[in-house]
Amino acid sequence: MAQVSLRKIVKAYEGGVQAVKGIDLEIADHEFVVLVGPSGCGKSTTLRMIAGLEEITGGEIAIGGTVVNDIPPRDRDIAMVFQNYALYPHMSVYENMAFGLTLRKFPKAEIDKRVKEAARILDITPLLERKPKALSGGQRQRVAMGRAIVRDPKVFLFDEPLSNLDAKLRVQMRTEIKKVHQTVRTTTVYVTHDQVEAMTLADRVVVMNHGIIEQVGPPQELYHHPATKFVAGFIGSPAMNFLPARLEESSGGLNVVIAGGASLPVPPARVDRYRSYAGKQVLFGIRPEHLTDDKTTDKHNLEPLSLTPEVIEPMGMETLAHFKLEGTEISARLDPSTPAEVGKPLALLAHMGQMHLIDPATDKVI
Amino acid sequence: MSATAANRDAPGIYHKAGSLRAERRWALWTAYASLGVAAIIFLAPPFYMLITSLKTSGEIANMTGNPWLVRDPTLENYEAIVFNPMFQRFMLNSIIITASVVALTMVISILAAFALARMRFWGSQVLATGVFLTYLVPDTLLFIPLYQIVGGLGLLNSIWGLILVYPTLTVPFCTWIMIGYFASIPKELDEAALIDGASWPQMLIKIFIPVALPGIIAATIFAFTVSWAAFVYPTAFVTTPDQMPLTIGVVSQLVRADTFAWGQIMAGALMAALPPVVIYAFLMDYYIAGLTAGATKG
Amino acid sequence: MAADGSLAMNGGTGMRSGRANSMQRFARRRSTIAFVMTLPLLAIIVGLVAYPAAYAIYLSTLNRRMTEFAGTLNFELLFESDTFWAVAFQSCFFAITAVLLKALLGFWLAHMLHHIPDKGQRKWRGMLLVPWVIPPALSTLGWWWMFDPSYSSINWLLAIVSVPEVPWLGHHWWARIAIIMVNVWIGAPFFMIMYLAALKSVPEQLYEAAAIDGASSWQRLRYVTLPMMANIISITVLFSLIVTFANYDIVRVLTNGGPRDLTHVFASYAFQVGILSGNIPRGAAVSLFMFPILAICAFFVLRSVTRRNKEQM
Repeated sequence: MAQVSLRKIVKAYEGGVQAVKGIDLEIADHEFVVLVGPSGCGKSTTLRMIAGLEEITGGEIAIGGTVVNDIPPRDRDIAMVFQNYALYPHMSVYENMAFGLTLRKFPKAEIDKRVKEAARILDITPLLERKPKALSGGQRQRVAMGRAIVRDPKVFLFDEPLSNLDAKLRVQMRTEIKKVHQTVRTTTVYVTHDQVEAMTLADRVVVMNHGIIEQVGPPQELYHHPATKFVAGFIGSPAMNFLPARLEESSGGLNVVIAGGASLPVPPARVDRYRSYAGKQVLFGIRPEHLTDDKTTDKHNLEPLSLTPEVIEPMGMETLAHFKLEGTEISARLDPSTPAEVGKPLALLAHMGQMHLIDPATDKVI
Repeated sequence: MSATAANRDAPGIYHKAGSLRAERRWALWTAYASLGVAAIIFLAPPFYMLITSLKTSGEIANMTGNPWLVRDPTLENYEAIVFNPMFQRFMLNSIIITASVVALTMVISILAAFALARMRFWGSQVLATGVFLTYLVPDTLLFIPLYQIVGGLGLLNSIWGLILVYPTLTVPFCTWIMIGYFASIPKELDEAALIDGASWPQMLIKIFIPVALPGIIAATIFAFTVSWAAFVYPTAFVTTPDQMPLTIGVVSQLVRADTFAWGQIMAGALMAALPPVVIYAFLMDYYIAGLTAGATKG
Repeated sequence: MAADGSLAMNGGTGMRSGRANSMQRFARRRSTIAFVMTLPLLAIIVGLVAYPAAYAIYLSTLNRRMTEFAGTLNFELLFESDTFWAVAFQSCFFAITAVLLKALLGFWLAHMLHHIPDKGQRKWRGMLLVPWVIPPALSTLGWWWMFDPSYSSINWLLAIVSVPEVPWLGHHWWARIAIIMVNVWIGAPFFMIMYLAALKSVPEQLYEAAAIDGASSWQRLRYVTLPMMANIISITVLFSLIVTFANYDIVRVLTNGGPRDLTHVFASYAFQVGILSGNIPRGAAVSLFMFPILAICAFFVLRSVTRRNKEQM
């Protein structure tokens, strides 16, 4: 078990395209860190550099205090779980899990003990003699994890391990992975494009975009205090609404004047923070769950806003309503009992305590 | 579609369905008829060879009556051919040549295909294309210069000369289809092996060869049938009967002018054709996979 | 091309110049190993294909005894000989006719095979591929016996439907037809198998969509099957053109070039001149005539294959 440090990591391909543009990251021992971002953001490349499957163009990676730039994958003491599982099709489940240990010349008894133990943890003991072909997607995923666990490596690396599973199984395996981590406590780096996976699994989430790190933090912090517009829009589903707005001073306070002319007062506690932007164009961000008709929660800083829905999507536990405000699509989460109708104005409440203002010049959250 | 429109169309659909069934039946009948005729024509020559091989010389010489029937079946032709030392020699030569060529071919092409499919290096692209082009070069284009080269090495009239040149017939295609099979193995598999601690040779032996085993069997069958059936090179390079493989041996030595022992010739030809046919019968799927792999795999 | 499936590990090597770290050494050693692994293949391609090809050109410029340089004399003499032109004609006539017939017959049979229930396909396919499996020299021997002038079993069958006796190998046109027949018999199953594999790779939904769009079975063949198979058809035809054009076995066993050298193809004529008559340079010159036509075919095959690979990516 060990910590992992990335210092100024750069990955450039022939032709000068930079996939990773100098990132710094410290991962503590036992920590579960998730790299999340859209495809092409450099998250997989970063993981593969930690694994030693991609050469590092610049910077240093250290695992357990040792710089591993020059060390081939097999000597890095890592284990990896791949998106398509990468199980050896000609070997049984047992042989798949034992392969790494066999190559490292572990004694037979030790291999047997470890494989059986991992199989017990993952609940795949009855499958040990089967070939991967005879397994379901979820079972293959468990075997792939088992192969990593038996090695008892310093670091687990997961490369989008759940993307090939159907939605229901994905949720189940997500829990499973979390459970396994709580049992074995191995430092884990996990790559996914799914922000829900990132939020549910991670001790800390690393949001990446265009080869740089946008923000690092615990899931709740990313949700409540996104640092940039990208993070604000990426974390949370449905995504946060962004409306062009102007910040106007009025009798000592500040008002957000959004497209359509509605004027929403800024909570007094935030006035000082935003004062310097008074009179300027900003981006007003508010999550759909904070634009609602539900009056039972937080009673403070609720501001009425009337909007006419274009599309209504009942989801059961909630209803999503979509609006268009001067060309900008926005959505709101409604109580399922609300009698919402397309074309009929809805009285909503904006939770101004949960709002965000973004400086359009820097895309940073103010 | 509205309900009324559906109703209006309904009689038409029923009518169509009726004719569709008749059409299907007719198409199926045509298919079976075509296949039946083709099968008769395709199997007639080997069948006639078999019939002839079961006839006595007297019956063959008797030119009245139906040649496609045997009145008086006998195994004397087979007995004569099996105990013919010359034929035994041909068989032995064919076995030695084919076994050596298959072994050589598989070692060369598996190594090369692994390198070309997985370990990119300078010129590997060009080489892969070169392999395919070599595969397209027919044996009849080069047998004259090769005759000189083999002669220069003192290997004319020797099975070793044939073992030297036969790989030109087998290696390019086998390499080509093995590249295809290896390339179809997901890259994550070797990455997983790399992380599990495998070296390149271990990766080849423990992962690639077992995973691509169907491809290897298909390539082996191909190499076997090609070297067993090779005709141009032995015809050109071997003139003494004791170094001849079966193909040219049967065609040139059993067929002696004036004294055509047709029964024995046909028995010999069938015996010579037996090994590929047996392999085909038992491993048809691999045989066909190898045949079609060249075009579909890559 | 398939050789692209390598680990993308050696990207950006120049960036860390000066420090030959072990990752780089690992990569470098890898390409050395890879090169060593391809050496036997390279030796075969260079030593037994490329070098002989060049050597053939050199040989063709020598005089009969191979003592002196004779320039283009061998080619000039060939151009003046009637036999050579007959050989050239026969080669082209044979290759084109045989390939065309094989392709059509193969396509028809593949189509028929595709239409019958899956259960029976294996059995039929197994029977119909037999001609391809028997070594051609040996099956041709069987055909030779069937064409035997004194007691042709084919003529016996034809006599049943009162067709007069056919001088199969005695008359040059009949002999040419006989050679084509045998070649089609051997080669059609190969086309059938290739087309069947291609037919099976056309998704069933395409036919269903076409049927719903109102396409008749002929239109489905014309607008769905053929375009989907165009590439495999061209690859098979071109490949077969190469092999058929360079054919030797059938002519050697069936007619040995006769009657009156009128059934020789390039390969058998080159053999006759080069090996049997011992005029190596002339023989080399004859076989070189195959080269341009084969090269053109090879070029188009390669193009089709590359295009096919691109489509599949």
